[in-house]
Amino acid sequence: MLEKALKGSPKYYIWIGFLLLLILGGSGVYMLQLMQGLTITGMSRDVSWGFYIAQFTYLVGVAASGVMIVLPYYFHHYKKFKDLVIFGEFMAIGAVVMCLGFIVVDIGQPQRMLNVLLFPTPNSILFWDMVVLNGYLILNVLVGWTCLECDRQHLPHPKWTKVLAYTSIIWAFSIHTVTAFLYQGLPGRHYWLTAILAARFLASAFCSGPAILLLVIMLTQKVTTFKANVEGIATLAKIITYAMVVNVFFFLLEVFTAFYSGIPGHMHSIVYLFKGVDGHAELVPFMWTAVALGLGSLCLLIPPRLRDNIKLLPWSLAILVIATWIDKGLGLLIGGFNPTPFETIAPYWPTGKELIVSLMIYSLGALVVTILFKIATEVKKETGASQKEAVPAEN
Amino acid sequence: MNHTRRNFLKFAGLTAAGLCVASAGGALAVSGAGSAIRDDEKVLKAKRWAMVIDTKKVGTKETIAVLAKACHAAHNVPDIPGKQNIKWLWAAGFEEAFDQPNNYMDEGLEKREFPLLCNHCTNAPCVRVCPTQATYKRADGIVAMDYHRCIGCRYCMAGCPFGARSFNFMEPRLHLDLAALNKEFPTRMRGVVEKCNFCVERLAHGKQPACVEASQGALVFGDLSDPASEVRKVLREHYTIRRKPALGTEPGVYYII
Repeated sequence: MLEKALKGSPKYYIWIGFLLLLILGGSGVYMLQLMQGLTITGMSRDVSWGFYIAQFTYLVGVAASGVMIVLPYYFHHYKKFKDLVIFGEFMAIGAVVMCLGFIVVDIGQPQRMLNVLLFPTPNSILFWDMVVLNGYLILNVLVGWTCLECDRQHLPHPKWTKVLAYTSIIWAFSIHTVTAFLYQGLPGRHYWLTAILAARFLASAFCSGPAILLLVIMLTQKVTTFKANVEGIATLAKIITYAMVVNVFFFLLEVFTAFYSGIPGHMHSIVYLFKGVDGHAELVPFMWTAVALGLGSLCLLIPPRLRDNIKLLPWSLAILVIATWIDKGLGLLIGGFNPTPFETIAPYWPTGKELIVSLMIYSLGALVVTILFKIATEVKKETGASQKEAVPAEN
Repeated sequence: MNHTRRNFLKFAGLTAAGLCVASAGGALAVSGAGSAIRDDEKVLKAKRWAMVIDTKKVGTKETIAVLAKACHAAHNVPDIPGKQNIKWLWAAGFEEAFDQPNNYMDEGLEKREFPLLCNHCTNAPCVRVCPTQATYKRADGIVAMDYHRCIGCRYCMAGCPFGARSFNFMEPRLHLDLAALNKEFPTRMRGVVEKCNFCVERLAHGKQPACVEASQGALVFGDLSDPASEVRKVLREHYTIRRKPALGTEPGVYYII
């Protein structure tokens, strides 16, 4: 089926070329990092993880989010998601590829990476994260690719794909739980040391991930002949809304526990993020932006009349994505490392080079998603499934 | 044709199996040799190494700087300016060190500086989180590191509640006086984590840790499991505290206040 990715409109080629250019440019800066070390980043002795690991964490959520389509489809036989399932699985592949990319660029000695396999260490959560992420990648490649191939040949899906699909549903929960365990089991990092962190991770994943997926699907509808089931989209928007409500609720639980107990360790990080400590208020504008956009997205998503407005929906989803990204892609990591173990504040901000390397990984993910979505939409076009009524001549 | 292919596959399989056995045997032989600790009389041994610091004697930036200098010279620790610095032993105030602000402390204590270093915890979070066992616990209680196995993921730095670990963000040798290197101890490469190692390399040669030697009696080092040891004697005679005891890591560094 890969050949379907080779034939496309000029716009498709320009987009692919643009992504390749970004990847090429980014790898130049990554070479620099390989030669000079992680000193080119804004990380420090006190904030020893930064933008890379934050993106990794956010994208694990995006990877896990496909399950919000796959689960209703397989467990509840919700047929209106039938045409979306493949996109959920392919999005997960792109997201896991980016996750692995962000891990690779973050480690100081990438050529020794296989030491994690050569000296397997079950007491390290990082070992388990490696296991579940790679497992999830393999599951989605196997299930997604095989089912699409069968669709193309008008064959029923083999039984084993169903077994693997069921497995991947449970597995999706595991990848984000294990990623939360990376953080929440560390003594002395109060912002992370909370039993609800894994639940928060899942809630924010299940709103932000499907939101990104839905945005990409809307874009796909614009540039291809694919047309998703309208009711399916409405249901997915509903799921996103519920997950965002739970996400906000879980965060408020943290706020209550910290401030009603009044224990300084529990309050410090939140105070640093939202008010600033010792004259350091670097993240305050971002966190309040997240609050405003998060609540704004709820106002636009909870009333059915606004949620079902297909013109408004992309905007509601976009501000939800920005809000959750600030919370998890900036606040979680920087707030976790501040205050430092010495009760001091160590400001962190990614450098330009760090951002370019991150852009390289994001472009790589976009390339993978583009190619996979291209194949999926071409197959759907070929089989005449989920098509716009009047098929335009382009493409 | 089929016949020869089968024979070829058999031969290839046997060769591969043989190679596996040979390399596994080699690995076993190496690990066997590596775990043997030199066994002559000079080696200082203990069941649980620990350190007691008399902060009344080393309680200023200047006195602690002497300890840090001895340590950093012994271990070729580079002097890197800025926040990507590396330190094995350094000075900090009461609140930074002990995480428990105390209003209206006596002035002496308020101004006192405390030497900070790796606590060589009994339940070390860094050992727990390391995905490659590059950070490991020795039988004598020392939390040691294999700089050649470390992949530089820095999980141990997030795990350590004492901020005892440093990462080589850049090439450390650029910030070392290569003429004044201690040839007895390796320099590190870029991209790995490092920290105080309780001077395992000196203990193996019958010497006390470098900071203890430079402290003129203010630092006492010994076997916590031996009731007759110097550290146990000092602990019996003085009131001591440890850093962040509530976290349950059981630090091996005690402070006389």
